[in-house]
Amino acid sequence: MFSTNPFSALSSTVSPDIMQTFVVVMVLFVVAGTLIDIVHKKSARYFFENWRKVKEKGAKEIGGGEMVSLAAQTAAVEVLTSAEFCNQRRRLAHLLTMYGFVIYVVTTAIMVFGYPTPETATPAYLPNLWYLGGLMVCVGGYWFWFFIRVDVAAEGHSPFRIVRADLFILSLLVSTTAGLIWAMLQASGSAATGVFLGIYLIATTVLFGGVPWSKFSHMFYKPAAALQKRVETSNGTRRNLPPPADKPATLGDPTQLPRNY
Amino acid sequence: MPTFVYMTSCDGCGHCVDICPSDIMHIDPTYRRAYNIEPNFCWECYSCVKACPQNAIDCRGYADFAPLGHSVRVLREPEKGTVSWKVKFRNGEEKNFVSPIRTTPWGTLKGPAEYDRPSADDFKSQELAHEPDALNIDGGLPALTPDRLKQGVQ
Repeated sequence: MFSTNPFSALSSTVSPDIMQTFVVVMVLFVVAGTLIDIVHKKSARYFFENWRKVKEKGAKEIGGGEMVSLAAQTAAVEVLTSAEFCNQRRRLAHLLTMYGFVIYVVTTAIMVFGYPTPETATPAYLPNLWYLGGLMVCVGGYWFWFFIRVDVAAEGHSPFRIVRADLFILSLLVSTTAGLIWAMLQASGSAATGVFLGIYLIATTVLFGGVPWSKFSHMFYKPAAALQKRVETSNGTRRNLPPPADKPATLGDPTQLPRNY
Repeated sequence: MPTFVYMTSCDGCGHCVDICPSDIMHIDPTYRRAYNIEPNFCWECYSCVKACPQNAIDCRGYADFAPLGHSVRVLREPEKGTVSWKVKFRNGEEKNFVSPIRTTPWGTLKGPAEYDRPSADDFKSQELAHEPDALNIDGGLPALTPDRLKQGVQ
């Protein structure tokens, strides 16, 4: 079951051309949605204005080599390991969801475009990775949704209270969960396959089509914001923060989650 | 000076919501970032300012003495046990202060839920919750027994 390409099995009822067109439309949705979001919120304008101010106020000029080094540090620390999260549980949930989503999306694209029909045999590792990615999204996402989400953990709201800010995580979870169930039901020849395929397609369309209204595009904004933060620290403006206190560090690990909350 | 949140720096971790004694730090339902829902009710204890791991919370000076152009920024360094304040005035003058905030590692205080639940008899005692242990007084709280009262006072 976990070694079967669900998209090649689907090709008997849905043409591979339709599946490939659907993936392309989803990619276009993300590009267009992000651009609309940037224009509507004026986030790019804010970012570059802030960048100029930081450059003007900075005590020192950042050279090209140093900028490359800062970008590499941002990629290694903030982007690849989500180190900006102070809560280690939240960081772990984010890493699971992020890498799961990347694996899930990439293997989907490879299977839909590279192995669309049973005539081209799919290597077993691709469906394996697809299921693994989907499960990682589910583990990280449901953990976040029910236990870590600030509305539940700090505000004390019910995990079933839904607001617009939940659009991204909820559509991602429904899309992934329904996708996995659909693939498993299809492999076992169940009659409910069509229902979960429908939910999967609707949730996936909402996930990618809802970019202007959800926080989907945070995956593009966050690296830029993290780089700017590093530049501000490096050129001396430090976001207008006081300089570090002239005292030795003697009281342990500041990243430890305080128990007294 | 009541507090406010830079929503572009906040990552919505909820520490300020947990720590605010006035329960006025909440999460915006649209953007899922923290904000001060009622600055008039701010106790100005700066618990949220000091607790924010992203340094996303600042104090807003009162309009009568600190109008536009000033800023009060704070940096908590729990590994050093210090909190540093940078106050910028309208005329560009800048003052920096460093204060100790604690002598024990961050996160080592026991929370209320980690103490035993009080029994019915505990309510008959004059001691408050977690006393005398929480006051670090050896041998218990000093008590004024009747034999130590001034003559004529019963």
